[in-house]
Amino acid sequence: MTKALLTGNEAIARGAYEYGVSVASAYPGTPSTEILENIAKYREIRAQWSPNEKVALEVAVGASIAGARTLCAMKHVGVNVAADPLFTYTYTGVNGGLVLVSADDPGMHSSQNEQDNRNYARFAKIGLLEPSDSQEAKEMVGHALEISERFDTPVMLRTTTRISHSKSLVELKDPQERTLREYKKDARKYVAVPANAKVRTHIKHQLLEELKEFSETTELNRVEWGDKKIGVVTSGIAYQYVKEALPHASILKLGFTNPLPLKRIAAFAEQVEQLWVVEELDPVMEEQIRAAGITVHGGKDQLTRIGEYSPSLIRQAVLGATTTTKQPASAPIRPPVLCPGCPHRGVFYALRNNLKVVTGDIGCYTLGAMPPLDSLDTTICMGASIPAALGMEKARPDQAQNIVAVIGDSTFLHSGITGLIDMVYNKGTSTVMILDNRITAMTGHQHHAGTGQTLQGEPASEVDLVALCHAIGVKRVRVVDPGDLAALDQAIKEETAVREPSVIIARRPCALIVKQTEPRLRVNHDKCVGCRMCMRIGCPAISFADKKSSIDPALCVGCKLCQQVCKFGAIVPEEGQ
Amino acid sequence: MKTVSILLVGVGGQGTILASKILSDVALRQGYDVKMTEIHGMAQRGGSVVTQVRMGEKVHSPLIEPGQADYIVAFEQLEALRWLHFLSDEGTMIVNTQRINPMTVITGAAEYPADALEQIKANAPRVVELNALEIAKQLGNMRVVNVVLLGAMAKQMDIPKEDWLASLEATVPPRFLELNRQAFQAGYEA
Repeated sequence: MTKALLTGNEAIARGAYEYGVSVASAYPGTPSTEILENIAKYREIRAQWSPNEKVALEVAVGASIAGARTLCAMKHVGVNVAADPLFTYTYTGVNGGLVLVSADDPGMHSSQNEQDNRNYARFAKIGLLEPSDSQEAKEMVGHALEISERFDTPVMLRTTTRISHSKSLVELKDPQERTLREYKKDARKYVAVPANAKVRTHIKHQLLEELKEFSETTELNRVEWGDKKIGVVTSGIAYQYVKEALPHASILKLGFTNPLPLKRIAAFAEQVEQLWVVEELDPVMEEQIRAAGITVHGGKDQLTRIGEYSPSLIRQAVLGATTTTKQPASAPIRPPVLCPGCPHRGVFYALRNNLKVVTGDIGCYTLGAMPPLDSLDTTICMGASIPAALGMEKARPDQAQNIVAVIGDSTFLHSGITGLIDMVYNKGTSTVMILDNRITAMTGHQHHAGTGQTLQGEPASEVDLVALCHAIGVKRVRVVDPGDLAALDQAIKEETAVREPSVIIARRPCALIVKQTEPRLRVNHDKCVGCRMCMRIGCPAISFADKKSSIDPALCVGCKLCQQVCKFGAIVPEEGQ
Repeated sequence: MKTVSILLVGVGGQGTILASKILSDVALRQGYDVKMTEIHGMAQRGGSVVTQVRMGEKVHSPLIEPGQADYIVAFEQLEALRWLHFLSDEGTMIVNTQRINPMTVITGAAEYPADALEQIKANAPRVVELNALEIAKQLGNMRVVNVVLLGAMAKQMDIPKEDWLASLEATVPPRFLELNRQAFQAGYEA
């Protein structure tokens, strides 16, 4: 038997391979991104990046109706985008099994909120699986597909960052045969008009009752008996923390958590003196358990609903054990920064010099909010930059010439296009900057419909952003190299001055995907007067000591931005390169 | 066997991920259960990065908590200081004396603690310090800092050296193997 040390994401990809998935789709988002990247390695699976999560799920729905086992992956906030198809596909039901992977991010390691997507499973009334390590993550793909086909419903597989990005041992097995279920036209099932949906809702609720019975009997839910003083109901990564914190406690370990096996929980509760419910984030299980009349000794009244758990946090809450933790030393924080040579740096420097109100979006360029660039006024969600600029202009028409929206190329294709249509249609006059670095950079360089390559790196059609903006009705569209500060500054001044919507496409590939060809720069200390102008661009390669700037040759990529801001000609190419 | 907990801490781009891969592979060769966790995303861009590796007969939680780390391998001084309180009462700190200024220091919002090494030595039960960057430079490639540090760590751990070398061979591309062997050896002897 072969075993491998896999992340949760790699294990889910392996599960897709072993359990007969034929079609997989996703939009990248931390911590879910590596699922599709790893599925792409299995040539048997037709896998793709879609422009956004709604499209990805709709592709998966089509594949499922056509009879394929299908997997669709996204980060937690992606499910907000995909919620529309999700809530109706639960009415129509599936043909080939469909598993929706929601990768949540308790602790917000790389997200704008920490919503608990188990609520979506309840809300949409679908089955929910929560793995506690990589082995389970793999196997639960298979369980999810079987449940999906047996109970005619999409199923959610919900991970968290600690599952997605933790490695543990996984047994590898041979893949089962990849077959399609028969496709027969069935309009009464798949055409969700009211007349059909009114029939389907009865079927759906009947199936939900059957799913409840399944939850009571499945081996995905199991009791690990220990000392009966303390009994813990738990799921996901919290199970591992409970095992570590309370090695002698009895545990009802739930792998299938919607619908909850309330009869089993009641029977378990009767056997133990104190019943605890240990779950990260929302009291999703606890509220249902309490509502069923089962006495809960400890839950969210003792354990936080914010952030990640840990063994010591559980030990402290349940046993009252105060661990004398050592205090951290005082150390200046090290926030993430825009990389040396990042094309976004010039954009934010120019915007700050022009004192614009900047509505931002989601991507590396969100880091433009950090000092010293300090250039963003808002960041809400994918695509919000352009509509937010329009809304600001509607609220304060006199400020229209002072508002700029910035959005990345991948984010623009994800959900920026409709915002731009709105701006043109509703007579907005703000300026939109598309920061086109030719890749989805933040999540680790994934291709998208504008890069000319597929998930597998094969050549693909490429969206023409200039033509697209023209087609929407923007007359003023110009492409600028963000490495040229003077050109950027001129473009911002001219485009914000006009009383019509305009788009500036700041186009330069991400510094991490191009090979460095420019000579590195150094500071001529004879000419440096110590004015600190170069410090204002926030480049990690530049430091300041003894009244002079210096450039770290190990970090510099020769982008020349600092050279352009230096008024004394003190920054010069390094000799001998 | 007691579960061994190891933290690898550094700055995004320093190669902590490759180091943790080799470390996990070595642990698997000992027949241990292994769990490893790391945070991607925002932290990749020159921010603080941490990888947690735990090995033993049966490992449940992938998390290492304050006061629990048997070893901390710090790729940078300030990061060593930041994670110092995670070290156990018998723990060993292996610290690269290299300094990388965070943006907060570059902008003048904060000062790099001049006495970071002294604070570490005063509070850690055992400290192994080495200038891994200088060693890597002497070997002709600054990118092998991570493997130099791994060599220094291997010296401290109760795992046969041949297994480390086998893991190195299984993890790094063949054309860089000789360089990495030298880096490992230099760290081992430092």
